[in-house]
Amino acid sequence: MTFSPELEAKFADLVTHYPEGRQRAALIPMLMFGQEEVGSITPEFMEEVAKRLGLNTMQVDEVVGYYSMLHKKGMGKYHVQVCTNVACMLRGGAELYDHACHKLGLGHKEVSADGVISLEEVECMGACSWAPAIQVNYDFHHEVTTEQLDTILEGLKK
Amino acid sequence: MALVNVTINGVQVQAENGALLIEVAKQNGIEIPAFCYYEGMSLQAACRMCLVEVEKAPKLMAGCTLPVAEGMVVRTESEPVVKARKTTLEFLLSNHPLDCPVCDKGGECELQDMTFKYGVGESRFTEIKQHVPEKQWSPVVFYDAPRCILCYRCVRVCNEGMGVGALGVSYRGVNAEIIPSNGDHLECDECGSCIDICPVGSLTSGIYRYKTRPWEMEHVGTVCTHCSNGCKTTLGVRNNEIVRGNNRDKSGINGEFLCVKGRYAFDFTQHPERLQTPLIRNAAGELEEASWSRALKLVAEKFKALAGPDFGVIGSTRTTNEENYLLQKFARTALGTASIDHHRTGDVVTLIDSLSGKTGQLATAEDLYTSKAVLVVASDLSQQQPLLANKIRANVRHHKAAVYTVTPGPVREDKIARKAIRIAEADSLAGVEQLREALSKEAELVIIYGDAIQGEKVRQLVAFGESLGIPVKYVALVDYANSRGALDMGLLPDLGPGYHATAPGRSLQQMLDDPKLAALWVVGSNPLKGGKSLASTNAFVVVQDLFLTETAQRADVVLPAASAYEKNGTVTNVCGQVQRLKKGIETVGSKADLAIIGLLARGMGVNLGKVDADAIFAEIAASVPGYNQLPMPVILTGGAVQTHPVNGGVPPSSVPGIIASARDTLFTTGSLTRYSKILNEVLEKPGALYS
Amino acid sequence: MKLFNEPSPLETKIISFRFGLENSASIDTYLAHDGYKALRKALEISPDDIINELKASNLRGRGGAGFPTGMKWSFVPRASEKPKYIVVNADESEPGTCKDRLLIQHDPHQLIEGCLIGALAVGAKKGWIYIRGEYNYLIHIMDKAIAEAYKNGYLGKNICGTDFEFDLYTHTGAGAYECGEESALLESLEGKRGVPRIRPPFPAISGAFQSPTLLNNVETFSSVPAILRMGGQAYADLGVPRSGGTRLVCMSGHVNKPGVYEVPLGFPLMKFVNEIGGGVWKGRALKAIIPGGSSSPLLKAEECDIPMDYDSIAKAGSMLGSGGLMVMDETTDMVKVALRIMRFYQHESCGWCIPCREGTTWLKKMLQRVSDGHGQTRDIDLIGDLAQNMMGRTFCPLGDAAAMPTIAIVKKYRNEFEEYVARNPFASPELVSIA
Repeated sequence: MTFSPELEAKFADLVTHYPEGRQRAALIPMLMFGQEEVGSITPEFMEEVAKRLGLNTMQVDEVVGYYSMLHKKGMGKYHVQVCTNVACMLRGGAELYDHACHKLGLGHKEVSADGVISLEEVECMGACSWAPAIQVNYDFHHEVTTEQLDTILEGLKK
Repeated sequence: MALVNVTINGVQVQAENGALLIEVAKQNGIEIPAFCYYEGMSLQAACRMCLVEVEKAPKLMAGCTLPVAEGMVVRTESEPVVKARKTTLEFLLSNHPLDCPVCDKGGECELQDMTFKYGVGESRFTEIKQHVPEKQWSPVVFYDAPRCILCYRCVRVCNEGMGVGALGVSYRGVNAEIIPSNGDHLECDECGSCIDICPVGSLTSGIYRYKTRPWEMEHVGTVCTHCSNGCKTTLGVRNNEIVRGNNRDKSGINGEFLCVKGRYAFDFTQHPERLQTPLIRNAAGELEEASWSRALKLVAEKFKALAGPDFGVIGSTRTTNEENYLLQKFARTALGTASIDHHRTGDVVTLIDSLSGKTGQLATAEDLYTSKAVLVVASDLSQQQPLLANKIRANVRHHKAAVYTVTPGPVREDKIARKAIRIAEADSLAGVEQLREALSKEAELVIIYGDAIQGEKVRQLVAFGESLGIPVKYVALVDYANSRGALDMGLLPDLGPGYHATAPGRSLQQMLDDPKLAALWVVGSNPLKGGKSLASTNAFVVVQDLFLTETAQRADVVLPAASAYEKNGTVTNVCGQVQRLKKGIETVGSKADLAIIGLLARGMGVNLGKVDADAIFAEIAASVPGYNQLPMPVILTGGAVQTHPVNGGVPPSSVPGIIASARDTLFTTGSLTRYSKILNEVLEKPGALYS
Repeated sequence: MKLFNEPSPLETKIISFRFGLENSASIDTYLAHDGYKALRKALEISPDDIINELKASNLRGRGGAGFPTGMKWSFVPRASEKPKYIVVNADESEPGTCKDRLLIQHDPHQLIEGCLIGALAVGAKKGWIYIRGEYNYLIHIMDKAIAEAYKNGYLGKNICGTDFEFDLYTHTGAGAYECGEESALLESLEGKRGVPRIRPPFPAISGAFQSPTLLNNVETFSSVPAILRMGGQAYADLGVPRSGGTRLVCMSGHVNKPGVYEVPLGFPLMKFVNEIGGGVWKGRALKAIIPGGSSSPLLKAEECDIPMDYDSIAKAGSMLGSGGLMVMDETTDMVKVALRIMRFYQHESCGWCIPCREGTTWLKKMLQRVSDGHGQTRDIDLIGDLAQNMMGRTFCPLGDAAAMPTIAIVKKYRNEFEEYVARNPFASPELVSIA
């Protein structure tokens, strides 16, 4: 399996960050950064990372299953994450999520038929003082109203 | 180690400083219940069953990870502790399906037992249970995630105990479950240790599933009939059928260890091709079924007529010491021949001669667990000698033993080795020499060697060991369950029982190659395997076996024999440890080899004395050096005692013999393997040596 | 980058004073505003002097547990032959908490400087900043700042012309609250499942890669440069006895001006809500406050007239925790709050130990059922009892974190649960016995 030169360079750099013989430490960063390019944590990708770090695929699988941001099933090009945890809930996060569900016709961790948008109800994303918040991929949107959400979602569809 | 005073439940006890509380309590007769704590494995502190009250501690402490210290005051039955256990069990049972009536583990389930002893009688859980379907990971391993309590014993026994690491944990929280090595299936040793160690019915055995309730079985402790390691196995027998093999009582030299063969490959006993009646070659040249009386009469007559120096006898590496002893005695006396041999798989003879005049230098299986250093020469131990490999792994884990390997290809022991030398088998001794400096710094050493080291090379290896200036013990590796016993009992063309020189006769190969051979009596062996033929076309051939092997197909008379699981007697393992076979099931149609030999003797009018296992063992104990001081109570109660062959007076073999390991893997042991359905099923890829 | 909320004149800006500056994340801005001065001072004094300053400062860990930082630093065996490491916990995940994000976003060099001082104190040559996966943009900011620091001789070899050397890297998480627990974070750093380790040994003795490790929260490290610049005693004097200095408090929920504000330890809680936060929104009355992240037991309005320091809040039965202060107005549905909190901990339970894995799941199911209108009277007691049964019995503090707020809510707002049950037409007062 091959990656873009930029990602290859990133991988090559990553393994130098950890003490000799501890290159397994690069596993989670490799999966996170690789997922952006590959789209999801595919079996092939897991095998490749395992090979590069001297692990077996099961060891990678153990890790992938643990972390909520590593997706074996591909999410949409725009992954819309709505926080409904307490701070956001107090300011309308749950309603915002319901609104997004209806608007997109998607449920938790579902992907639109065209693969462009996916939706996820997420736990606290660290935007409590500016709630309710959503993330589209890694971009934060703070104090989001339903109207603003509509605008954001419209923007993604273009 | 300094002793400290600890008070448990008001009783002051002494314990080693830093010992784990759960162990200290156990030593003093106090049970601290636990699921995840498992003696000899890494600590988890996950199940929280072992929480105890420790004075001055702000909260309950896990006894499994708590080192005792001077003045520690512990309560294991106080009200908070009892309540904590009850609630932990209540939590556990919340998602655990209460399908005990249809669960294989029912009746021997630790969760049942714990609930019985420590739990509450009712459940307050009224929610919907988490459910996921059961999965099959291999022909022998099934995993039911809802039953799993996540104690991680299976993961540890596979990784730490077996050195395989085919099980892991994925997902998290309530969805966390055990996962197999290859996505949806296992690629592993298929040893089944994970199933055995599972405290609940989460991992179940493809062989045993839904066959019986545990209390409906008889449990028969005997010795595995496959490789030479001599693991004790407890056969679960129901309606004269073996349904399970395990060793949960941890008795014997293997503790609870068993490999795939020991645990599952008893099924050959039920194979449809199992011979159940004697066969006699008829006028048309075909083998036809015959009665025992007719067959025995025919053989006895023929033997009487053909007795003499041209009579060949090939013994077995699986039959008991008693059978081997009686066979050679019968051959040497009644049949008047010196041509006796068996399939030799390792050079024990030269080792014993090389250690002439020395004592205590033959290692036991236990020595591999305690020795500070181990050198493995020319053997893929994990494939061929699984118990010995397991002992070494445990030694590394528990005592940080130094392991050295000299092998032609990668072996599992490399991973735990201080130094691994990769060298062709023929050059093994040169590889060993490279380790001289490292080895001479060790405090003690056990050297294990495979069949590539034979004859002069054994002497050189022993000379090397003796020159290190440290205490050294040796193991000459052999292949089969009683390979060592066959040697000890004198199934050799030049050595009688106890390695005493006798008049030389033909070796196995010489018998096959001799056109003048008048008769060949093959007991539990298959020398014609692999397309070999008998040079003497007129030889009268009698074969005793379980199956119609290649050799049996050449026979004039085939006598169906009992397997090791169907008879009493003793066998001697690779380390010379004598153990007792106990009859698990009755045979149908076949007879034990001992009985067959006795009946033939009677048919020939030869008096062999009383032909039963105990009587012959008494004769062995009285007459065979090395077997004469074995403490009988130990053997009779299922223990293992090492024989002490006389070191000295064994002349070098005057007969060119062939010593060659069959190079079996974890999944094969000669002919028996072919008739084990399960061994043939579990192979995703056949086990391979040095890969 | 622009500020997310307007600062308040009532703040005491010790570690956030650069937040509003232009290009506040750049090394130039940092250097122009006292940047790396503390490092130069640290280079002149002994490691023990650094630790003594920290001890004098009464700085307590800002991640949640509030352990005295100076003491923690003194546990790292400087003489050990093993390499020593610095690990920064930037896995900010406690609901209600969003301060470390700002510290990295607006002032990454302050964190780098804190790490460097830590490295000097314990003899470390390598460190990692473990940043939660959701904060991806901060990795870019941090990486850029690290590159600047290398370029300007504040990282790498011969730092400030001395023989001091230190390498610092960012490391991304991948979505797991549990990795905020220090030993779980170390497992995750090593490329494994974020399951906590058995302790002892503590990270100070055997941490990252089984070596002695100094592990602190972002805010803790970020407070260190100021402490060295102003002196431990002066920093301590900002706060109250046993809780020195200032901290960032993240105000969220039903207030007019939610935001992250820096106040001294011991700042009055109600003054914080009413004067800095502009009071409860929509003119409503205050119902309750969660003072330190969702794992801290909530305080009823009448319990809130207390100073914000570790000891005072503990005395009131809660925790200052991570500084995630959530304000709830009179309309707040406490059953929904309890459910949402439990949903979170159930989702984040690593599953390692039984009481947490099964307890959070059972409680979530029950709270969901009650919230859906299918509750029974006995459920209310059972919720409290199950939570109590998790307390102090789990492998790591996550079980307690789930149990504590639940116990508090059931105890303090039992009537709301009873109202839910009363609305259930099928509610039976007693459980019908099977036997």
